[in-house]
Amino acid sequence: MTALPKFRAVVIGVSSGGVQALSALLGTLPADFALPILIVQHIGPDAGDGLARLLDSQSPLHVKEADEMEQPAPGHVYLAPPNYHLLVEPDGHLALSADLPVSYARPSVDVLFESAAEAFGPALIGIILTGANHDGSRGLAHIKARGGLAIVQDPADAEAPQMPLAAIAALAASSVDHVVALAALPALLVTLTHRGTCHGQ
Amino acid sequence: MMTDDEIHDVEIRLLLEGIHQVYGYDFRDYAEASIRRRLSHWLAESPYANFSEAQAHLLRERPLFEALLAGITVNVTEMFRDPLFFKAVREQVVPFLKTYPFVKIWHAGCATGEEAYSMAILLHEEGLAGRYRMYATDINESVLQHAAEGVLSIGDMQRFTRNYQKSGGKRSFADYYTARYDRAILAAELRKDIVFAPHNLAVDAEFGEMHVVLCRNVMIYFKAALKERCLRLFDDSLLPGGFLCLGMKENLERRMPSERYTEIAPGTRIYRKHYDRTA
Repeated sequence: MTALPKFRAVVIGVSSGGVQALSALLGTLPADFALPILIVQHIGPDAGDGLARLLDSQSPLHVKEADEMEQPAPGHVYLAPPNYHLLVEPDGHLALSADLPVSYARPSVDVLFESAAEAFGPALIGIILTGANHDGSRGLAHIKARGGLAIVQDPADAEAPQMPLAAIAALAASSVDHVVALAALPALLVTLTHRGTCHGQ
Repeated sequence: MMTDDEIHDVEIRLLLEGIHQVYGYDFRDYAEASIRRRLSHWLAESPYANFSEAQAHLLRERPLFEALLAGITVNVTEMFRDPLFFKAVREQVVPFLKTYPFVKIWHAGCATGEEAYSMAILLHEEGLAGRYRMYATDINESVLQHAAEGVLSIGDMQRFTRNYQKSGGKRSFADYYTARYDRAILAAELRKDIVFAPHNLAVDAEFGEMHVVLCRNVMIYFKAALKERCLRLFDDSLLPGGFLCLGMKENLERRMPSERYTEIAPGTRIYRKHYDRTA
């Protein structure tokens, strides 16, 4: 048997329907979840940090907006700030950029996923959740190409199925590793990362 | 055997080393993820298949390098980006500026000039026209040329107007530009007190005796050592009681000159330099 890869981070891309999806996911993960989680939720440029504060109040994990040059820590969740792209430096630090929107989005899921794939290679889990556009497909393919793991929310389970459908289509050749309903995602993540006490083991 | 992606990483490191040795620009001090994105974007638009191929030309053909430089050092900005920042400047910084007979402002990394013109509009509305000089600088000479022309795309005007109104603007934003076909030409009076000039934060010196230094969303592209250098330059440039304005996701916490500065209100990212108590 081959050993499970030792993952270093989880990246999540999500758009419309995302507030409820993130609230359900982050509310269910255990406080001792072993990895940092980096998230791009599409959001308006003047939205402020209300979403981070809302999710933080609902989750046993620490949820905050990412700061530049921050070192991501296990059990912490970092949201891309409104009007900035979130990236990962090759040494694993977080970085922000005010470069042009990509596919009309800033923050963009592709920008986070592509830089995270370059930083973490096979030690990365990429997840696409509900959304009504195509952002994240290229990024998820990039994660697969660098040996990472690809998870997509079951389109039938997603409030807006376009983003999961586009991701599944983009990966056609290499195929998605897991297509799951949102409710099954916390347990899957805990199993993959080998720690935590979700659903009592 | 390395994968193509890994070889691509090696090629980028070699190119940055080569650029430093041949042209003296040190992009090894830039945050890597963004510079890589910009380089990869340039490569995709170029006729070269990879950076090994491009490097042979980039290191020998200066005009090609200049084009690369212009492409990878462009920072993106807009009129009244972060309206609440400009509102804070209007309400909490301008009252102090009005107490000086003449005000000097350094806008470091002004890119295509939108924020410099935004500041000019604000200062004009607050009655400071003719009583200030703004030095707007950037490493990238082609964006400076663009900035000095003061021409914007008409398609952006709706968004800029919204920003202007949220920032506490007192007039109609349309007063400040003339529409011509797909372009918006900014009023010449706004340009009168702005000096656009090249300046490289990595190697050039400070600007003396400034009342305000603005450097927003520029240092986010720099590694720690270059950030420290910038903050030292800004600190050396600012008069006691002067204001340092950073981007909304940049702060002075745990940074070099923080003990000499106080944020004027939480979250504004406007830091006032203390008066020297020993003087």
